[in-house]
Amino acid sequence: MTTETLTPPEQGVPDMNNMRKIAMWVFLGSEVLFFGSLITTFLIYRTRVGDGPSASQVFDIPFTSISSFILLMSSLTMVLAHHASFRKDWRQMRVWLLATAALGMVFLAGQVFEFTEFVDHGLTVTTSPFGSSFFLLTGVHGAHVAVGVLLLAATAFMSFSGRLRDGEGMNVEIIGLYWHFVDIVWIVIFTVVYLLQV
Amino acid sequence: MSVNDGDTGVGSRVIERTLHRKRTLLMLLLFAAILVLSACAGTDRLGIDSIADSDLPQNSLDPAGPAARSIDGLWWLVFWIATAVFVMVEAALVFTIFKFRRRDGKDRPVKQVHGSTRLEIAWTIVPVVLMAALAIPTIATLFELRAEPDPSENALQIGVTGHQWWWEFYYPEYGITTANEMHIPAGRAVYLTMTSADVIHSFWVPRLNGKRDLVPGRTTNLTMEADEPGLFFGQCAEFCGIAHADMRQRVFAESESDFAAWAAAQAEPVTPPTEGLAAAGWDTFQISCSSCHAIDGTSAVAKLAPDLTHFASRTTFAGASIARTDGHLREWLRNPVDLKPMRPEFNDLSAGRVLGMPDLDLTEQQIDELIAFLDTLE
Amino acid sequence: MATLNPPREELHSSGPAREGVWGWLTTTDHKKIGILYGGSAIVFFLVGGIEALLIRVQLAVPNGEFLSADSYSQMFTMHATTMVFLVVMPAAAAFTNYFLPLLIGARDVAFPRLNAFSYWVFLFGGIFLTTSFFLGGAPDGGWFGYAPLSTQLNEVVRMDYWALGLQFVGLASLLASVNFITTIFAMRAPGMTLMRMPVFVWMALVINFLLLFSLPIITVGLIEVFLDRNLGTLFFDAANGGDPILWQHLFWLFGHPEVYVLILPAMGVVSEILPTFSRKPLFGRSFVIFSGIAIGFMGFGVWAHHMFTAGLGPVAEAAFALTTMFIAVPTGVKIFNWLGTIWGGSIRLATPMLFSLGFIAMFVIGGLSGVTHSIAPADWQQTDTYYVVAHLHYVLFGGAVLGLLGGLYYWWPKITGKMLHEGLGKIHFWSILVGFNLTFAPMHLLGLNGMPRRTYRYPEGLGFEFWNFLATLGSFLIAASMLVLFWNIYRTWRRGEVAGPDPWDGRTLEWTTSSPPPVYNFAQIPVVEHEDDFWHRKYTTSEDGTSVAIDPPPNMDLEPDANIHLPSPSFYPALAAAGMFVILMGLVYLPWGLVAVGAGFLATMWGLFGWSMEPLTREDH
Repeated sequence: MTTETLTPPEQGVPDMNNMRKIAMWVFLGSEVLFFGSLITTFLIYRTRVGDGPSASQVFDIPFTSISSFILLMSSLTMVLAHHASFRKDWRQMRVWLLATAALGMVFLAGQVFEFTEFVDHGLTVTTSPFGSSFFLLTGVHGAHVAVGVLLLAATAFMSFSGRLRDGEGMNVEIIGLYWHFVDIVWIVIFTVVYLLQV
Repeated sequence: MSVNDGDTGVGSRVIERTLHRKRTLLMLLLFAAILVLSACAGTDRLGIDSIADSDLPQNSLDPAGPAARSIDGLWWLVFWIATAVFVMVEAALVFTIFKFRRRDGKDRPVKQVHGSTRLEIAWTIVPVVLMAALAIPTIATLFELRAEPDPSENALQIGVTGHQWWWEFYYPEYGITTANEMHIPAGRAVYLTMTSADVIHSFWVPRLNGKRDLVPGRTTNLTMEADEPGLFFGQCAEFCGIAHADMRQRVFAESESDFAAWAAAQAEPVTPPTEGLAAAGWDTFQISCSSCHAIDGTSAVAKLAPDLTHFASRTTFAGASIARTDGHLREWLRNPVDLKPMRPEFNDLSAGRVLGMPDLDLTEQQIDELIAFLDTLE
Repeated sequence: MATLNPPREELHSSGPAREGVWGWLTTTDHKKIGILYGGSAIVFFLVGGIEALLIRVQLAVPNGEFLSADSYSQMFTMHATTMVFLVVMPAAAAFTNYFLPLLIGARDVAFPRLNAFSYWVFLFGGIFLTTSFFLGGAPDGGWFGYAPLSTQLNEVVRMDYWALGLQFVGLASLLASVNFITTIFAMRAPGMTLMRMPVFVWMALVINFLLLFSLPIITVGLIEVFLDRNLGTLFFDAANGGDPILWQHLFWLFGHPEVYVLILPAMGVVSEILPTFSRKPLFGRSFVIFSGIAIGFMGFGVWAHHMFTAGLGPVAEAAFALTTMFIAVPTGVKIFNWLGTIWGGSIRLATPMLFSLGFIAMFVIGGLSGVTHSIAPADWQQTDTYYVVAHLHYVLFGGAVLGLLGGLYYWWPKITGKMLHEGLGKIHFWSILVGFNLTFAPMHLLGLNGMPRRTYRYPEGLGFEFWNFLATLGSFLIAASMLVLFWNIYRTWRRGEVAGPDPWDGRTLEWTTSSPPPVYNFAQIPVVEHEDDFWHRKYTTSEDGTSVAIDPPPNMDLEPDANIHLPSPSFYPALAAAGMFVILMGLVYLPWGLVAVGAGFLATMWGLFGWSMEPLTREDH
């Protein structure tokens, strides 16, 4: 056996942080196809309104613009949280994590309000293919936001109770990846569904 | 290093003897089981043998029309190319195994060859060229067969609606609605415009053309033509539920004059009988059957089940899966599900959902009457 | 030649593995999980096989009355669903689980508990799907469940089992793909560049990317089917603007990459066996790898060849005919390179080699019938008939199953430490080869002669009797041949010849360990210098290009490193999976099933929470 200049990694202790980051990117790859399929279904059905209302009859673009802006701001606070963790300023990190979660919840509240308005105007999941595909797409997105809010809150809490040790700032980075992805998906949805009405 | 090479020792011989005995016994048991089970063949109620003019009435390799012939030509082209490739590759495989197999349990010294870029290029380019060559007739045939018939061909227009588990045929030029058995003039193109009333079906008469699906909410088309008069068999080719296998069709290609005569007769409305058993049958029909079945010229107008106006002119019924004889009709009317698996328990006529014909609880007398009536519907 | 003393089991960290059933329930060791997958796949193979035999008995004679149409619909649906999702995929997962870390010189996969979770989700999914037979009837809409047939009878729960069950097993595969991709990227031994990875590992990488990108698409489709059935949504309701063709697109966008997921593992296995039993490297290794990648990419561009009769229009049909024809090219490249591998070798016709050669022979037939399918107008006659049943069985059975059986014979000594009986292996091979061809070759003709698929009976007078009867005989021969394998396993379990670490004079790293390997796989993580690294430690190349054994042979008896960290066992993955199983059962039986959904949700949350709080390894020092 030749002598090697390469040093083997520390035996049996793989670099978990790096692997978790890889895993999150890989997972987000599948999410692209997931939302892509939902958006495709919507694009096919957007004009099939049956007896129910069409997009232009129920959408409130100014309102949705505001909630989109709020979600966009939450990506900013997410970056600030990550930056704080990078600097090991755990208190700041927690503040920004909770701010991100709070903005996410405001977004969700806006979604709930918007959906109840649509139902009042006669658009439900069973009204038409447009209704079915709209609520499925935005509902699944909302569920993703909700999961993100839970992850953010849990991380903030774990940091507060001392369970997140130094060097676990990687958790924040990984959650950040997820959160930014969910935000980008919303930008696509907002553009394709709300702004580009046929 | 010890390499497990093959059998050695007494133990393995014992294993093999026991195995041989047990396997022989097993094979005999299995064969016996199959012979026994093959006695479980059910009754044949179609009688295709007696009216088909070939041993293989649905044989796509026995084309009887221009479309099927085009496809057949393309098929044999690709078949022979594939066969040539098959023979060459399998021969190379067998030859290589025999030439280089280890003998006497000893390994030869082997040259550690890693590859050959030249070969890689060759065996990439040759298949590409082969595929490109195949692509040309493929695309040409595809567009040719998908084209609508030229107006000069004076194609016969037929509307096809698929139902679970029967075919509805409508001739707009004649105002004819019939079911399961299609009559067409030989030597003239027929243009089918198709949709489904429920789930996806597929129209397939192999000797005349490939198949095309019937999709609810959409329209598809198929051009069909028979060279010569004859009887052609087909069946639904997209799984459509429990009685998919019993959704069959027949195409009668006839001379232009015979076809015109058929069409004229089919277009005639019916005057219901006023005397005898058949008249009683007409009364029973109005009570028990008219909520689903239509008879042109009468008050029975429902379109949920096959149109029965000229029922007696057909050779089959129940989605062309049963030969139309009085005996079969009697069995059917006693309880349809005994002859053809269906799900009438899920019928919802007001919503238009029909999943087969229910048991109507008819008495033998009512059945006699109905059969007498149906026999008048020539 | 390498010698290896029995491995030392002293571990310097992590508690001892637990014993018995609880040990299996809580394992996070990739080797045990691989065995669990493999054992489950074999059990489901019996289930799917019996379903097939029942079908064949019904079709042995015209107007058969052995099975009702209702039972028959369930049989053919479940036969396909079982074989695809509960047999071939888990069998490949079994080999990938067991051997991926060994092949890349790692101690385990990237996420051991996620790995265990994938297994339990798969197992519960398989149980969920199979018990449906006893709980109101098994799915009966065909394995690709075309809408609106799949959404038609929502009073009956059968297709709810199907929609939910596929989601569940799909989840197992998706999580596993994240796991394996990360493992391949991040855990290779030093010196193992991507191009030095064994071909089986490369195929695993392609497969897992295929799964990663195709599963989400069918997930959306299945959600839409479930909602149409249970919530009254209108995704596939044609009367109200829904489009059944959308289902077909969503399904086949998954379904076509899926068939490459099914065949590539066998191709990877065969790419390891052929060089080993010819004593030559894989011919054109990088071309084999790149054609696997090409098949992966192109596999996403051919899906609508399953829809040639759906009425897409000539332009779309022509486009997909072209893409399908050209995907034959990289497939052919692999076959030619396999031939080049054995050419000039010293071919040892042991059972693994026989199955690999049989794979090539049968896959060529299946691939060629696939080419005939790509000729779209010809496909208008072939599709939905027994011709395509013949094609798919030649590639899936003659291809995937034969290849994986070869892998079983090849790797059995490593997993169990015992050799299987060679003579019985040969009997198994020849009888399954004959039985398989007897069953499926006639089906080409049956299809061309006009017999559609999924038909519970056929009448007299269409000329289908003889070939159907022959096919039934063949199917029973296949069944008998599998009994030979089970007999072989039974007889050699205790009394079989001891395998030793390297019974085949192998080329890759798994043969450097004992048989079975120690729990930590490698005493010291190897430093890799070549592809086929183990071979290059045993042999050097002489001037005339042949291999010469190195003297003295490499010492594989190494002192285990200090600080070997192994993942601790955990029951949270199994608990979370069980909770999800309960949720699924509740969803089938809505609305009163909501109780079960709630209970299952709590169990799942408990499992996930415990899992996230639990440290991965216990530090004893």
